[in-house]
Amino acid sequence: MDLIGKKEFDFIKKRRIAYIISAVIILVGLISIIFQGFNLGIDFAGGSLLQIKFDKSVSTSEVRNVLSEFNLSQSTIQNLSENEFVIRTEKIGSEQRKEILTAFKEKLTDFEVLREETVGPVIGEDLKKSAFYALLFAFIGIILYITMRFEFKFSIISILALFHDCLIVLGVFSLLQKEITISIVAAVMTVVGYSINNTIVILDRLRENMKFKTREPFENLINMSINQSLSRTINTTLTTIIPILTLYFFGGSILSDFALALFIGMVAGTYSSIFIASPLLLEWNKIFKIHQKGFRITGKNGKK
Amino acid sequence: MNWVKTLKVTSVFIVIFIAILLSFPLNEKINLGLDLQGGSHVILDCVDSPNAPVDNDAVSRVLEIIRNRIDQLGVSEPVIQRQGATRILVQLPGVEDPEAAVDLIGKTALLEFKNEGGETQLTGAHLINAKSSFDQFSRSVVSIEFDKIGAKEFGEATKSNVGKVLTIALDGKEISAPVVQEPILDGKAQITGKFTLESANHLAILLRAGSLPVKVEILENRSVGPTLGRDSISKGVKAGIVGLILILIFMIIYYKGFGLVADFALVVCMILIVGALAGLKATLTLPGIAGIILTIGMAVDANILIFERIKEELKLEKTFRASIDAGFSKAFRTIFDANVTTLIAAFALFYFGSGPIKGFAVTLSIGILASMFTAIIITKIVLEVVATKFSSKALL
Repeated sequence: MDLIGKKEFDFIKKRRIAYIISAVIILVGLISIIFQGFNLGIDFAGGSLLQIKFDKSVSTSEVRNVLSEFNLSQSTIQNLSENEFVIRTEKIGSEQRKEILTAFKEKLTDFEVLREETVGPVIGEDLKKSAFYALLFAFIGIILYITMRFEFKFSIISILALFHDCLIVLGVFSLLQKEITISIVAAVMTVVGYSINNTIVILDRLRENMKFKTREPFENLINMSINQSLSRTINTTLTTIIPILTLYFFGGSILSDFALALFIGMVAGTYSSIFIASPLLLEWNKIFKIHQKGFRITGKNGKK
Repeated sequence: MNWVKTLKVTSVFIVIFIAILLSFPLNEKINLGLDLQGGSHVILDCVDSPNAPVDNDAVSRVLEIIRNRIDQLGVSEPVIQRQGATRILVQLPGVEDPEAAVDLIGKTALLEFKNEGGETQLTGAHLINAKSSFDQFSRSVVSIEFDKIGAKEFGEATKSNVGKVLTIALDGKEISAPVVQEPILDGKAQITGKFTLESANHLAILLRAGSLPVKVEILENRSVGPTLGRDSISKGVKAGIVGLILILIFMIIYYKGFGLVADFALVVCMILIVGALAGLKATLTLPGIAGIILTIGMAVDANILIFERIKEELKLEKTFRASIDAGFSKAFRTIFDANVTTLIAAFALFYFGSGPIKGFAVTLSIGILASMFTAIIITKIVLEVVATKFSSKALL
């Protein structure tokens, strides 16, 4: 069985469409990031979170009414089921929390506190710093490794693809105003580490082909390399995405956004390694006027 | 089979056997993080107040007093650590009521007796004992006992306030306002407030352990109740099992005989991950479970890479044996590179992350290493053995 069959796709010919798609997605994401920013979770912004399960079904507005008595009507209330809620408020002290819980009990019904988190501004700043350093460290580490391992040109392209993937994840999270928590940063870093895999596989193949098929024009080599790695690229992505999806659907509320970030990142990563990374090599050669063995812009190979 | 092969196969089984041995019984061998077994993670900061500046000694005493309080609460394996100059990390695994526990830790617990004019007559500094008990109406009360100096001060305070209200306040909040009937000279008294058995117990613990010399502020508190912890485990395990089964099926449908080999490698990989977690005494957190689930997908990646290469080699009409060797050697570099970059990210997460996220970094790293080991060593051995019995066509 072969999902993709023996077809040869001309990725180079269609590369501009891919550039446009990527540019639009990234641009929309960037606009959202600039104008509405990120919805920082309490990990970074500070604040309190309460996950609570009432004994009977309770409506969001009833919960909000109780909160408004404490001047907390601006809180985010997410209902996970008809009686389970995640409430995010500004930072509240233990005395005030006790009062709120008492009010819930008196005005609504009995409940169980499933989870409670309070992060003060000092810790929020600390966490922001460590998240930043972690991202920086991962980026620099991966860039160094790729640069050591590949030709300069290849590493620049992989890194561009990497930024592409990260920007898409962050853009979508800003657009949907999904909360940015430490887990999301971890997901982005995993995407950074993992999505470069597919790019590496294709570039490795290209390098091999460049060694053995010196007569082929560069466009053809790129197409050939992508096509040769296509079934493995798609299959490895599928096998990674399947567990991520089960995590999204069965893993519970705490992990669902984490799984979503991974999912978006993996899809973006696969897309960029097929449609963006290798074609960019061609642009690189054009910009720097490198005539790869047998490479011509026009002629029989340009218009196949 | 020659003896080299026999040795290889035997060592594979020994490795699997050791991993299984390390991991059973699962519930005893796997350390669960606070987010899975329930519990509290609290970071406290000692803060200056006008009449109680923070110094090294004060922080040490706070640490001591908090340790006393927690000991009396009966938490098993708590973590109480000083972090930097003024911070204290407290972790309480498995507490049934995290809310109350956190409350108990952060309280200054300054007990004061005040006269009607609001002047402090004496404090709880000279208490030698406090315990919860019941009065004649079987209400929960806290019985306290002063030392010699305290008994004298308390005697004077009661003597000068006979017939008047002597307010008992904890951290400035009134808990009881009894009218003094007669002077109490033996240094023994009962505090009658609106106590439940639990709150009386907690007050007794606070008074026994003493009040904190400086104010503490809760910088961070992450508490998970036992219900959510259990729920997270069952959901995580369910997601993992469903994911695993889907991958096992996918590999068989798509890669047939090769898929079966990959499935074997995947199951071995999972056994190794659990064995390594148990062997390293690593803590499994909820993101850690996610990390394992993620490696289910990544683990077959390497196998897919190898199989695709072998298929290509077979197309060049090489023998099965030669194709296996060529496939592995060509795929190796790619597998290695691809995993190193993920390991770099995992390492950064481990180094800069905390708590649950560290757990993710740990399982991700272990998962990557285990998957490389199974793909490069175990898959190869299995294929070599298979190649002696079957033709490549039987696998495709």
